[in-house]
Amino acid sequence: MNHPIRITVNGQVHDAEVAPRLTLADFLREELDLTATHLGCEHGVCGACTVVIDGTSARACLTLAVQADGAEVRTLEGVTRPNGELHPIQQAFWERHGMQCGFCTSGIVMTLTELLDEHQEPTREQVMEALGGNLCRCTGYVKILEAVDEAVSLLAAERVA
Amino acid sequence: MKPPEFDYVAPESLAEAHATLAPDPDAKVLAGGQSLIALLALRMSYPTTLVDLRRVPGLSGVKAEDGVVRIGAMTTQRQAERDATLAERVPLVGEALRHVAHPQIRNRGTVGGSIAHADPAAELPAVLLALDGRLHASSARGSRVIEADGFFAGFLMTALEPDEIVTAVEFKAAPPRTGAACAEVARRHGDYALAGAVAQVSRGGDGAVSETRVALLGVGDRPVRATAVEQALTGSAGDEAAIRAAAAGAGEGWSPVDDPQLSADYRVHLARVVTRRALEQAMERAS
Repeated sequence: MNHPIRITVNGQVHDAEVAPRLTLADFLREELDLTATHLGCEHGVCGACTVVIDGTSARACLTLAVQADGAEVRTLEGVTRPNGELHPIQQAFWERHGMQCGFCTSGIVMTLTELLDEHQEPTREQVMEALGGNLCRCTGYVKILEAVDEAVSLLAAERVA
Repeated sequence: MKPPEFDYVAPESLAEAHATLAPDPDAKVLAGGQSLIALLALRMSYPTTLVDLRRVPGLSGVKAEDGVVRIGAMTTQRQAERDATLAERVPLVGEALRHVAHPQIRNRGTVGGSIAHADPAAELPAVLLALDGRLHASSARGSRVIEADGFFAGFLMTALEPDEIVTAVEFKAAPPRTGAACAEVARRHGDYALAGAVAQVSRGGDGAVSETRVALLGVGDRPVRATAVEQALTGSAGDEAAIRAAAAGAGEGWSPVDDPQLSADYRVHLARVVTRRALEQAMERAS
């Protein structure tokens, strides 16, 4: 039996009827056509599907859409500025080549939005702990860590401006 | 993979949740879902109905009273990890939680869920066992308190009846001059450990070890209390030699078996190593 849900995604309210087995990840991708949220392992290991639910990062594949009834969800589409400009974290990944194939990148950016909201100047240890939940099989993380440093500077500059 | 089909209810009271579970032994309680939804996706579990506790009031938060600290079952691991009362009174909980998966998982995973799920490689079940914690569980038939000793019955199996809901976990506050630590060996950061140990040590007024609590995780089908280690260290000076000697007993009281990941001998070796590391760190913090 389908269940009615109301989920706010990137500020927009969506009413839908969903099957209990539908994950939030599939709801975002299949029902709302928000395909920036990637699906890798579908059982919580890889972190590609990371979104922010009610302010904290979470696996969209380990959350049922019915569980997110009433929640505020932020996806990568909501990180990019409304005028289409890249968010400083995205800009930093662009400038520092923080990706190769890019499959893991949206999940990583979502993890970082939470981390850099909470810590304006995170320690390397805090960054590694947060990114430990996002698998990247291309970069070896060196360029990703450089991109995080760059994002910290860009965000600091933006706060001053 | 995608989860199989099931029904879903999100009751607004415990009584309503009890009533849903009572007639159907194949209905399952859903807390944070960080283990259960993975099992569904892997088609290792086929529940008829998921009873989501997220709307049931009063199941989350940390409260300390008369030397006892009570953690609501729906308290997220993130909340517990950052809770000041727990850090001060039951420091082993926070130490162990830092080893649980990744922050993104701990943001939704719950304290009660992890214990009820009873993965033998999970940290919180070992903490419950080491600290002689107690579980509060309830069903349409009434409520009861379950002691940690005997709660874990095997791989993902516990003394809980199918209609019972864990509502809270309770620990005695640690005595003064207590230190706690968790040590693990895992192939990748955040993976389930190949072997791990949680340890809490207290010193008496004379500086000697007055109490030792150690449990192992990842070594069998359930967490194991390292009684031989505890007995060997308690009463000693708690110095390096005493810790080394005590940790040597970490292979006792359980039956190591070969599995595709590790040989039995190597698992015993790891158990000793993680026990020594956890004790060393806990002892440093107790001083």
